[in-house]
This record gives sequence, structure tokens and C-alpha cells, in this order.
Amino acid sequence: MLLVLLAFLPFFGAACLLAQRNGERNWQTGIALTSTLTALALLLMLAPTVLDGAVSVFRVAWVPSLGLDFSLRLDGLALLFAGLILGIGALIIVYARFYMPADEPIGYFLALLLLFQGAMLGIALSGNVLLLLIFWELTSLSSFLLIGYSNHKAEGRQGARMALAITGGGGVALIGGLLLLGQIAGSYELADILASGDAIRASELYPVALVLILLGCFTKSAQFPFHFWLPHAMAAPTPVSAYLHSATMVKAGVFLLARLWPALSGTELWFYLVTTTGLITAVIGAVIALFRYDLKAILAYSTISHLGLLTMLFGFGTPAAVMVGVFHLLNHAIFKAALFMNAGIVDHEAGTRDVRLLGGLAGLMPITATVGIIAAASMGGLPPFGGFLSKEMMLEEAAHTAWGGWFWAVPLVALLAATFSMAYSFRYIFHVYLGSRRDSCPAKPHDPSFGMWAPSALLVALTVLVGLFPTTLTARFIAPAVAAATGMSAPVFHPKLWHGLTPALVMSIVAILGGAFALWRHGWLQRIWDAIGLPEAKRLFDQGIELFVESTRKLSGFVHNGSLQRQLAWLFLVSVVLGIEAIRIGGYAPGARETIPAPPVAVVAWVLLLAGVAAVVKAQRQRYLTLIYISVIGLVVSLAFIYLSAPDLALTQISVEVMTILLLLLALNLLPKTPRRISSNARRLRDGLLGIAGGGAAGWVAWAVMTRPPNDPISSYHWERSYAAGGGTNVVNVTLVDFRAFDTFGEITVLGIAALTIFALLQPATRGPSGQRLRQWIAVMPHSPERHPMMFAVAARLLLPLAMMVGLYIFLRGHNMPGGGFIAGLVISIALLMQYMASGFEWADNRRRIDEHPVIGLGVIIAALTGLGSLAFGAPLFSSAYGYFTLPLIGKFELTTAMLFDIGVAMTVFGAVMLALAELSHIAQRAHKEGPCDDSPMDIDPARMLEGGR
Amino acid sequence: MSIEFLVASAIGALTAAGIYLCLRARTFPVVLGLAMLSYAINLFLFAMGRLLVDRPPLYAKDVVEHTDPLPQALVLTAIVISFGMTALAVVLSLRTFLETGTDQVDGIPDEDTKRKAADRK
Repeated sequence: MLLVLLAFLPFFGAACLLAQRNGERNWQTGIALTSTLTALALLLMLAPTVLDGAVSVFRVAWVPSLGLDFSLRLDGLALLFAGLILGIGALIIVYARFYMPADEPIGYFLALLLLFQGAMLGIALSGNVLLLLIFWELTSLSSFLLIGYSNHKAEGRQGARMALAITGGGGVALIGGLLLLGQIAGSYELADILASGDAIRASELYPVALVLILLGCFTKSAQFPFHFWLPHAMAAPTPVSAYLHSATMVKAGVFLLARLWPALSGTELWFYLVTTTGLITAVIGAVIALFRYDLKAILAYSTISHLGLLTMLFGFGTPAAVMVGVFHLLNHAIFKAALFMNAGIVDHEAGTRDVRLLGGLAGLMPITATVGIIAAASMGGLPPFGGFLSKEMMLEEAAHTAWGGWFWAVPLVALLAATFSMAYSFRYIFHVYLGSRRDSCPAKPHDPSFGMWAPSALLVALTVLVGLFPTTLTARFIAPAVAAATGMSAPVFHPKLWHGLTPALVMSIVAILGGAFALWRHGWLQRIWDAIGLPEAKRLFDQGIELFVESTRKLSGFVHNGSLQRQLAWLFLVSVVLGIEAIRIGGYAPGARETIPAPPVAVVAWVLLLAGVAAVVKAQRQRYLTLIYISVIGLVVSLAFIYLSAPDLALTQISVEVMTILLLLLALNLLPKTPRRISSNARRLRDGLLGIAGGGAAGWVAWAVMTRPPNDPISSYHWERSYAAGGGTNVVNVTLVDFRAFDTFGEITVLGIAALTIFALLQPATRGPSGQRLRQWIAVMPHSPERHPMMFAVAARLLLPLAMMVGLYIFLRGHNMPGGGFIAGLVISIALLMQYMASGFEWADNRRRIDEHPVIGLGVIIAALTGLGSLAFGAPLFSSAYGYFTLPLIGKFELTTAMLFDIGVAMTVFGAVMLALAELSHIAQRAHKEGPCDDSPMDIDPARMLEGGR
Repeated sequence: MSIEFLVASAIGALTAAGIYLCLRARTFPVVLGLAMLSYAINLFLFAMGRLLVDRPPLYAKDVVEHTDPLPQALVLTAIVISFGMTALAVVLSLRTFLETGTDQVDGIPDEDTKRKAADRK
């Protein structure tokens, strides 16, 4: 239970800090520190039994079907790592309190730090590799947020993005690797995986799993060639660099190498991959570090180098090397965290981290100098500090390891890394603190406040003590950790400052002398280095990303090139091929349903329709002609609906037909009338074949369905309930306004939106280039000299009340006879549009009292309220009620709530149609350059005639 | 010839013409093509209720045989919606033409097409 508390404590602390993000600085630091120290205390409470070799576990099933348990496991290795995370974490929090600018709130920053701490602790404590993956990704994410903490700086954002790309990419590989590992072992529990090492190494999936897991580890621990993200991560505030990018997070990869060591190590593949990567990284990091000017960059490359040494040690595959690795991991965390804090202090006080501007700071800031010099000496491996011991032991292990047949390779490369390591450590000591004092730094440096230097001083004291009394201080922790990492009893841990004259001592002396020489001749070496001019990894990375983006853009541009023709062609082709394939798979047997013999009139109509279709296709560039042909098609379809027992459809189709033709006429007024042909013959043949294939298939399917009896239709329900429950005998209308009223409601809403979109498209069309074209537009069609014939105008006006009456009638009878809201709305629109046509837009528009927008909106609202009204009576949405009433003179009649709904439908249809057509004719009106029309000559207005007479 | 054949072949012809017109390079034929496809699809949906002559779906107690009212209800709204769609498409093409000066669906100016055709020759 303590274990669970321990795992959740940092997250709880982060949540508290987020809640207090505007709180007082010391109070926030207090929360963060309390959380971390409590966690450390919990860990220490658990420590004694773990150090005695017991493993503390907690496990509850989380997603059992995936093999994902919430399983925590604290053994010697996890204890050491968790202790490091929490111990250094506490010091970093204190340091950050004093380091972060006083005017900047740090609640959010500390919350992120605790979030990271929780994720890191989760990696250490996970007893299930899937759970470990979750925490692993969480560290990548929190690292991203912390690197990009100064998100107003470009380098912060770029560094964060690069780190996320690299470690996140490695995380993906790791997911694959750990899933494979779990499959081989048959369980995702760490204990089971560690116990089945032999089976894993024997599996044929082992190389794949190994490479994937190593990719995850190497990216996280900044191993060559993935090392370049780490220096750019230094854009983060220095406490973050000290905590994440030196002491803990970058060690997660190495930790995982140690964690999975019993399961994966011991093969040749492991040795060559891990050791070689580690060696190369160690040398490259150390060499580059020697030639950097930025203190944090020097430390970053030094971290890369030391991570390489750790990787190399775990690659050796011997328990003794693991022991050295664990010991050096501890030492490195201590001195490197101290050094980063130290570099941060220099930056803070001197105002720069550029080595070229610094020098002789020892006299100005003695405490900082002492701390920095000791930590750097430990980093380089000078006696009597902790770093010396582990470096000595590392060289000893290297001296006994052969690479292939070459006995000298590993020791030589390790020595090279150690020499450069010594050299940059000397440089840190001499170029920053010793030597002549310079006046080139921007600020007057002096020692910072106690809170800022104390954490690093504590770490430095530790490194001295570890150097002097290594066995007393660390053996108690190291031995159980090594035992847990290797799965066998640990070798005797006995580090000493003086071993006698061993190969390691000789190598150490060579490294120190070589380092001193490099410092002495540094200017000369620097010039050689600058002359070589190695490629910069960041530029390569940026170029790679750019290439990737560019090729993806090209690919998507190729697939999706914005051509409607191409996309439609693909759409049609795919659907035709799929449809034909489905027909082929299903097989075909002729249907048994009796067909209806066609009377001669039907055949004539059919011939008319086919002729109309052919004529539209043939004459498609004679655009006015096509309108006549297409209206023939519409007419035949309406007749077909009448003949085939669908009177409602016929009424709808014929009135929509009128609207469509009017609409196309109005649009065509402004569009090109007889454009040139642009498609090639091949293109037209292709499209023709595609059309014939699609049409053939559609006709075939229709035929196949129509010649089979219906298969238990759901419509019998509608038929039976129509009168009994809906109160109407026109089943189609009852279906629309009652059974499927929700559908209808959606459809009138869509219609309203379409009309409003048309309005929005056409309203601004008189401005900009579009307006220019409209003003330059010349009517090319010959106009009748009599633009508004008197006969037409008079007839239309006489017809208006009659047409309105017909519309009303169609509406009222709709529930029981063919008709209803849709058709009524259309008929009334036609009645009004006739006035527009007969007497001109302005005349009609001036006499229009209602605006279409509220009509559309009101229609939708009425329909919605009617639907909702049924809820108030406890009935389902859109249920209708009806009753019969008697009035004198009129007699018995029926009223239903569905009628109210139908009023909404009619209003929306009317408003939408009128808005679309009026807008379209209006823009044509505005396009005429003739200015405001004088409507007296073209208009018969009795009122005005009287006026004129006076 | 049966009515079913007439309707099926009409659906086929309308679909074929609709597909062909939708693939044209200018906007107006594409609008016509959409209208043709609407006819075809509405007829197709209607035909799914099977064809019956002179049996409208008007309820009365003694009526036994009647057409399927459900596809009719669906097609009725579909007709109105397809009008809305045609209107929107035609206005879109009009505005595009006014804005760019070309009525080609891919927005290529006519002069470019002319030049390309000349190059080919």
C-alpha cells in the first residue's frame, strides 16, 4: 500500500501545485518539497526489507484482456533509481526556488517538475512493461513541456520539438519491442519476463525485439546517432537540465538496459550493438564537449559521453561490469547535477555561460568555485572523488574486454574517452574559475544566496565522501541493486582509491596527462577542430524533416490535386467496380415477381425520356436548349409517379421542376451560354464508358429488385397505424409529419441552411472582382422589346388569389389526400414567383411585405416546438394528437398537431425557395447597368394610372 | 416490355448521363449531371417499394392492395432536398465564375486550356 502511495504522491503534489499556481512562491516550493520529501520518507520506510533482498510488490488487474496490470515492484535496482529521482528532485526544487527569476510565477513550473518526477518514479517502480511504457511516454511529454517552458523563445520550441520527435519516435519502437518481448515470454509482467531470459534469447523474434527496445533506450539516453537532441534540450531552464537531462530522465534508457539485462543480455548481438554504440557515443560526446563554448553545451556533451560509458558497461554482459555501471550511474548523477547547478549559478551571477568571456571567477565567487572545481574533478576522474573510483573500475573492466579478436580496441577507445573527459573537465576548471580574471562578463559576479549554492554543495560533499569511504557509504545500496539487475548474487563490491599498480591506474595516469596536454594546447586544437567543420546534426535533422514534409506534401498533392474531375472519376470508378464485384459475388437468378405489361403510352413516355437524356448529353454546350430537354425528363418522371400510384411524389416533382428550371434560367443568364469544348475525345470516351458501366449496373440492380417480391416490408406498420394512431389516411403524409417527423425536421433544417448559404454566397457577390465582372457584364441574349407583356402581367395577377387558394387547399387536404406542407410551400412560392416574372423584380419586391429569413427560421422553430410539445404530454418526441370538431356551416372537421408541424414545413420550404430565387434574380438585376428601372412603361398599375390621370 | 423494364432502363440511362455530365470540365454540365443523378436516385429509391399501378397509399378499411408508402415518403423529402442541392451547386458555380472569370470546375482559365490545346497540336 505504501508503494501505491509512493507512486501517486508526485502526481498529487502536481495537482495541488496547479490548484495553487498563482499562490505565493515559498508556499508553492513548500508544497513541492513536502511532496518530494514525503515520497523519499516512504521510500526509506520500504528500504530496509528491500535491501535485505525482498521484493515489495503491489498488483491489481487493470485491463486484464490486454495483460496490463497495475503492477508495482520495488527491488534493489528500483530502490536506487527511485532514491536518485527523489533525492536529487528535492535539491532541484530548492535550487529552482532561488534560480527562477523572482518576478516569474513558478507554480506551473514546479507542477511540471513533479509531473515528471511521478512519471520517472513510475518507470522505476513499474512491474509490468505495458505500465512502464505509459510512464515512459509521460516522461517524454513532460520533458517536452519543460524544454519548451520558455515557449516565447524559438530555440526552446525547436529544442522541445526535436526532443519529442526523437524520444517519441524511440518510444514507438520501444512499444513494438516490449510487446514482442511480452509475447515471447507469454506475460507482460516484469518478473515473468526476467525469469524467461533463456526462452527469450532462443526465440527467433529476439533480434527484432532487441533492436526495437535498444532504439527506445538509445534515443532516450541520447546515444549516437540520436545524441543531438540533448544539447538542444538545454534551452530549458537550468534546473530542468540538471534534473531531467543529466541526472534522471536520460538515464531512463540506461536504467531499462539494466532492468531488462537478465532477459536480453549475454548474446553476441547484445554485446556488439550495445558496447559499440556506447563506445562511439562516449568518444564523440567527449570530443565535442572539449570544443564547445557554452557551459551547458559542454556539460550536455559530457553527459552524452558518460551515458555512452554506462551503455558500454551494460553491454559487456558481465555482472562485474553491471556493478561498475550502477556505481557510475550513481556517481555521475551526483557530480553532474552539481555541475549543472553550478553552471546555472555562473550564468545567473555572471550573466553569460560563454567560456570565452569567463575566467578567474575563483577570486570573485569562492564558494561556487570550490563546488564547481570539485565536481568537475570528479567528472574528469581525479582522485580522491567518487568519479575517480568508478572511472578506474570502468577502465579496469574495459581492459579485460575484447571486441571481436581485437584485445586493444575497447581499452583504447575507453581510454580516449577518458582522456577527453579529463580534458574538458580541466577546461571547466581552468577556463572558468582559474586563470586571469577578465572584465568581459556582462555582470559583476559574486557568490549567490545560500539557498542557491547549498544543494550543489551538498552533492559535492557527497562525491567527496563517496570517494573517501566508498564501501561504507554505498555498498549497502549497490549490492542489492546489482543483484536485482543481474538476477544473481552480486560480486564483491570493494572500490578503493589505491589498488596498486594496475592497468587501470596506468590508463588513468595517461588520461590525466593527456587531458592536461589538451588543455595546454587547447587553442591550437580548437583551430584544427574548427577547420575540420564536421556536419552539424541539427541541420541534418532539419533537412531530414523538411525532406519528409516535402515528400509527404508531394504525395498528397499527387493523390489529392484539387481537381474535381479526377476525384469524381475515382469515386465513380471505385463505386462502379465495387458494385459490379458485389453483383458478381452474389450471383444472379431471375426474380419470380410478376411484371406489369407496359401500355403503349408508357412506352411513348419512356422513349421521350430517353430522347431527353440523349439530347441533354448531346446538346450540353447549347445550354438554353438543355434546359428544355431536361424539363422533358422531369415531366416524364412526374407522369411516371402518377401512373405508379405516387400522387404526392408527382405533385412534388412537378412543382420542384418549375423551380429548378427557373433557377437554372436565372443562373444561366450570367453564365457562359455556349462555351467551347475542352475535353479531349479520349477523355470523353473514358467518361462515356464509365457512365455506361455505372448506369448499366444501377439499372441492373433496380431490375433485379423490382422483379422480386418485397421481403417483409416495415411499411405495413405505417399502413396499419396511419389512421388509427396518426389520424390521417394519406399514409405518405402521416409518415412525413408523424412517424418520421424527426427525419422531416432534419430535412427542412438542411433546406433552410442551403437557402441561407445561397444568400451568403450571393450577397457579397457585388463587391470585389466578382462585382467588377457583374458591372462589365453585357446581356448577350436578345430581349423581347416588350419586357413585361400586359397579358402575362394581368393574367398572373388575376391568378394570384386562385393560386394561393390552391396552395392552401393542398395544404389542408394533405393529411388525408395527396398534398401536404412540402407541396403547399412549393405551390405558394410558384404563385408569388409568377408575379416576379410577369411584372419584374422591383415591382414585385416592393410589394412584398415579408422577409424570407424570419419565415425560414419561424418554420423550423414551429416544427421543433410541435415536436417538443409532445414531450410535455409525456409522449415520445414528435408524437401527434388529433381530434374532430364541429363548427356551424362548415361541419365536422379534424385538427391534428401534425398540421402545426406541417405549417412549419410549408413555411420553411416557401422561405427557402423564395430566398434562393429572389437572391439569384436580384443579383441579375444588380448586374444590369441600366440603373433603377422605371417600371411605368412595362407595368400596368391601375393605382398609378389614376395618379397620372390626376 | 414491362413497366419494370422501362423504369430500370430509365434509371440506367439517367445514371449514365449523370455520371458522364458530372465528369465534365465546366460547372454547368456538372449541375445538370447532379440533377440527372437526383432523378435516377429518386426513381431508384421509389422502385425499391416495387411498382404497382393505380394503388395509391391512401388508407381505407377495405383496401388490401396498396403501394409501399415508406419509400414514397423518403423520396418526397429527397426531391425537395435535391432541389436545395441543385440550387446551392448552381449558385456556387455562379459565384466561382464571377469571382475567377472561368467556369471550369478546376478553376483553370480558358486561355490556359486554349494554349495547352495549341501546344498539343
